[in-house]
Amino acid sequence: MPDAVGLELLAQELREADGESILDTVHFRGKGALIVKPATIRATLQRLRAKGFDALMSVHGVDYYPQEPRLGVHYEMLDMAAPDRVTVKLRVPLDDPVVESVTPDWPTADFQEREVYDMFGVIFEGHPDLRRILMPEDYEGFPQRRDFPIGGEPVLFTIDEAEGTAYTQ
Amino acid sequence: MAVKREKLPPPGADDLRVRQLRARDMLRGDLEGEELDKYVEERVLTTSLDKAVAWARSNALFPATFGLACCAIEMMSIVASRVDVARFGFEAFRASPRQADLLILSGRISIKMAPVVRRIYDQMLEPKWAIAMGACSSSMGVFNNYALVPADKFMPVDVHVPGCPPRPEALMHGILRLRKMIQDDPDMGWREGHRARGTEEVVPAADQDTAVNVFLPGNTGGA
Amino acid sequence: MSAHTDVTGTSGYRQMEESTTLEPVERVGGEELDRELLTLNMGPHHPATHGVLRLLVTLDGEVVRDLKPIVGYVHTGIEKTAEDKSYWKAIPVVERMDYLAYYFNAYAFCAATETLLDIEAPPRAQYLRVIHMELNRIMSHLVWLGTSALDIGAMSMFWYCFREREQINDLFEQSSGQRMHTRYIQVGGVAEDIPRGWEQKVREFTARMPERADQYRDLLANNEIVLQRLRGVCPLAESELLKLGVTGPLLRAAGNPWDLRKATPYCSYDHFDFKIPVGTEGDNWDRFGVRVAEIYESVKIIDQALDGMPEGRWITDDRKVALPPRHELATSMEALIHHFKLVTEGFRVPPGEVYFPIEGPRGEYGCFVRSDGSSKPVRVHMRDPSFVNLQAMAPMTEGSYIADLIATLAMLDPVLGGIDR
Repeated sequence: MPDAVGLELLAQELREADGESILDTVHFRGKGALIVKPATIRATLQRLRAKGFDALMSVHGVDYYPQEPRLGVHYEMLDMAAPDRVTVKLRVPLDDPVVESVTPDWPTADFQEREVYDMFGVIFEGHPDLRRILMPEDYEGFPQRRDFPIGGEPVLFTIDEAEGTAYTQ
Repeated sequence: MAVKREKLPPPGADDLRVRQLRARDMLRGDLEGEELDKYVEERVLTTSLDKAVAWARSNALFPATFGLACCAIEMMSIVASRVDVARFGFEAFRASPRQADLLILSGRISIKMAPVVRRIYDQMLEPKWAIAMGACSSSMGVFNNYALVPADKFMPVDVHVPGCPPRPEALMHGILRLRKMIQDDPDMGWREGHRARGTEEVVPAADQDTAVNVFLPGNTGGA
Repeated sequence: MSAHTDVTGTSGYRQMEESTTLEPVERVGGEELDRELLTLNMGPHHPATHGVLRLLVTLDGEVVRDLKPIVGYVHTGIEKTAEDKSYWKAIPVVERMDYLAYYFNAYAFCAATETLLDIEAPPRAQYLRVIHMELNRIMSHLVWLGTSALDIGAMSMFWYCFREREQINDLFEQSSGQRMHTRYIQVGGVAEDIPRGWEQKVREFTARMPERADQYRDLLANNEIVLQRLRGVCPLAESELLKLGVTGPLLRAAGNPWDLRKATPYCSYDHFDFKIPVGTEGDNWDRFGVRVAEIYESVKIIDQALDGMPEGRWITDDRKVALPPRHELATSMEALIHHFKLVTEGFRVPPGEVYFPIEGPRGEYGCFVRSDGSSKPVRVHMRDPSFVNLQAMAPMTEGSYIADLIATLAMLDPVLGGIDR
């Protein structure tokens, strides 16, 4: 957990390498995060790896509805030697939800990017095998988006079958 | 507190000596007609064949190993030594649905899993029963959302065991209630009981050429 | 994979599911043998898979050439359900993700929420949390040991391990009223203080557990069949494991002593003195040994926590977060209002996002909570270790036999509730 100064220095070094990659830094409750431009994610993670953050712990998605850009993907980086953690966040709009996949560099992102695709509809370009992982293959819709209804079914027990579907417990 | 003293009633028909004499009479062939009927009714267990078969079936249930989620851990606990299902003879959990006759749906049934469960249930041979263990399989439980199906939607369930997860003792109680249900109702054929018609997997005639993994009538699969 | 529509066709799926990255099978002994690869579908209903895991195994005879796990058969939409409930009410829902490590799920969620609220649990609550979490770790390892031995064929281990598990469940029932999914860990502390006599019962348990663990180890450790099935079977190098994001006993078996309890201590773990068992080769035997050794270490932690248990409140005093004690409701109007607000609407959490990682029995459980200032979380995500560890299954089992596949799956210890959430 780099302190605020360390986070700013890290962001500074990354900006020196690529001026438009880091959009913002957030230091909240002792944990640091870098907001990056979506097109530069793979390069940024490679640079972070050079800095020592060589373990990608988690890739997960967030839906920022109603703020735009709506879909966010967070990458949790871990430096086992220090030990240190930093989060890399990016946001993509709904009409162009394409992010470059980091799976070629970080094999751990394989299943996790598939889950983000399945639940939010973010398309990872360059992913070797992008298909639904948790929902059935032919499912339509992306369940964990905020405007997807929670769903649910009325329950009718076998013993009440004769009552018909209008009768529910 | 007052003490009441009473004399015992005089020995009546329940006397041991009277019973002994009657038994002697029956064996000698001296009891006739109504007396003989009454004697036999009191002594000999008569039953219909259905009841006997139901008694045997209920005491020899083979559950299928079908652990889905958290309830599966409690289902494993009934096999363990504290709540010992082997006391009742049900410890032989069969992996193959062809050999099992009780499907304990222990856990939440997602929409991806529902066709698989239905297929397993179809593969079981009649008579077969199903217990929906836990709140999730009976009624989706804590999670009333897009991902789950209650078991009653696609297959007939005989006993619902509530709990999240139900204690092993509760599941045992549910299994014993099912056992009692089977004993009490020997006439309940599986199909009549659940008005189950057309539960076989039927491939429409138009798709029969391209269907995969389905053995159509007459196709023995090369055997 | 750039056009959206390509991905949803079912024939496309079938193609993707089959192994397309294999080299041609080599010929044996110069003869032109007609060999082909067999795709075998194991599961989702299979006696050996730990839960409803489906494996598409591509076999060359009995040798595994490729393995594709297909998950999602217990997907319950827990993360979406948690968005619908207030923080207090989301705890039981989040607990049911990894159903053998329910205290860890609850603690990760509560700790993330506490970080957002910027409150800290009192020291007594932290020690109680540690004791319950370590008991849960022992219980998870016992269930793993029992079911893994069952898979390998040593069936009687199942009954022994579940006997100990019943004792731990009794302890949980005594402290919280439930055997599983106890919702004992709450935001701000624990739900209630431990009853009288609980500490003594835990001490009785920890006095007996090491010798029981010795017995289990002796039953299996010198058994030739177990040795042949586990020693040298399906090792995977530490660098591969790190690339795949594997944590927990699997990584420690390969030699890397990464344990969040020691590396970035949380919840007073730095007050306790315990070791991290580490393996050398990273094969199935080391995975087995590491988990059994962790049972001893957990017993040590529990003993130390009981010895040093501080006095005090078991939940935070902040009435805006924790329910006031019931006797105050009759006398204090404020307490009544707080109680009402907490039960109906729930406490509001300041906006922010936080990821809180902890060390569970299978690896790193990280709970991500995003809040927008209301009383319901906007996004809850659990980084589940089984989900990430499952990716290591394919590299581990390449080139091994089906029996080794079963043993490796047992040693991987996947819990499908966590994988599918």
